[in-house]
Amino acid sequence: MLDIATAYNKYGFLGNEFLTWLWFVIETDQDMTQIMASKDPVAFCIGNSLVLENTLGDKSKEKITIKGDRAGLEEGTTALKKGAKVTEMNLVCTIGQEEEYTFTIKGESFNITGLKTPAAGGDGSDDELEGMVIEKALLLFRITQVIDTLFLAYLDQRIADDWKNKGLSQMRAWIYND
Amino acid sequence: MGFLSTSLSMSRYHIQNTFDSEPMEQVRQGLIKNAIPKLENEYEEISAGWTPFESPYLPDFERFSFVFGSWFLFSLRIDKKSIPAKLVQKQMAIEIEKKKEKSGRDFVSKNEKSEIKEMVMDVLMHKMPSIPNVYDILWSYESADLFLLTTQKAANEFFETIFLKSFNLKPIRIFPYTLVETKSAFSSAQKDRIMTLTPLHHSR
Repeated sequence: MLDIATAYNKYGFLGNEFLTWLWFVIETDQDMTQIMASKDPVAFCIGNSLVLENTLGDKSKEKITIKGDRAGLEEGTTALKKGAKVTEMNLVCTIGQEEEYTFTIKGESFNITGLKTPAAGGDGSDDELEGMVIEKALLLFRITQVIDTLFLAYLDQRIADDWKNKGLSQMRAWIYND
Repeated sequence: MGFLSTSLSMSRYHIQNTFDSEPMEQVRQGLIKNAIPKLENEYEEISAGWTPFESPYLPDFERFSFVFGSWFLFSLRIDKKSIPAKLVQKQMAIEIEKKKEKSGRDFVSKNEKSEIKEMVMDVLMHKMPSIPNVYDILWSYESADLFLLTTQKAANEFFETIFLKSFNLKPIRIFPYTLVETKSAFSSAQKDRIMTLTPLHHSR
């Protein structure tokens, strides 16, 4: 395994590419359950924020932040045309019929902030504490497993021989609204 | 209790290696040995250690459990004294004035200023109470997954150091590269292919 700090800097772009791909998958209504080969139905939608970054020629960075509950994302696709990548996005994930998770994820670190899971039951008494902890732990594991599975599914496509002709060309068609 | 709050932030780790035997007992011993001291050290700027999830301010692992089903749940507490710069500035001005009066001179030398600053910092550090910050940790020993409920870099660094010292197990931060290395079923050839990828250009 590579040195951790070196690997973090060298392969952070894979996380940003993954978020960009995830946005494309969401916007083109692809079947997330099928992509993940999940037993439970899984659906994603973009939440209330999207951050893109573009490294310019002189190594300075251009940052585009789109915020708002029903914000138009056209500026985001314009940024993609200029070479930007999604570096952070707020997502709403539904697993099964009504298990809803909201969170913001960063591409390079996979840090998760503002994670709201379905409520772990109970009234907070000591007797119920263990049950609540176990339930919450299961919810956290469930959502991280979904993220991991999706990321690995993206990489599987990314290293496939037909990536350029299939995955990448479909993404470009979406970006350029062909 | 951060872990049970409605909104939380987290960074993730994969725990490399396992204990030879009795993991629960070894975790218990590691937590007890490296628990945050019950009494604050007046002169220490930063103090950090483990504390039970249910009792962040009374670190008693004999009384409070860290085992919840098949998970370990406990907290990292980091106590930090923070002296506001303006307070140092004010105390310095007062002490410099006292020194001038005592010496009968209308100036203090550079060395004297350094000594005064050291004395002021010592006094303030002694008087100032530590501010505690508590970060919950959920550890699935079986799957080697660990969640640290913060994304603050300094807390991550403290955690990594104290965890290794306490359990002699290395926590590997999960991000794109380490996720592939620790959680994927990719073959060596596929991993090699991933490692040679270069950034995509979505634009035409």
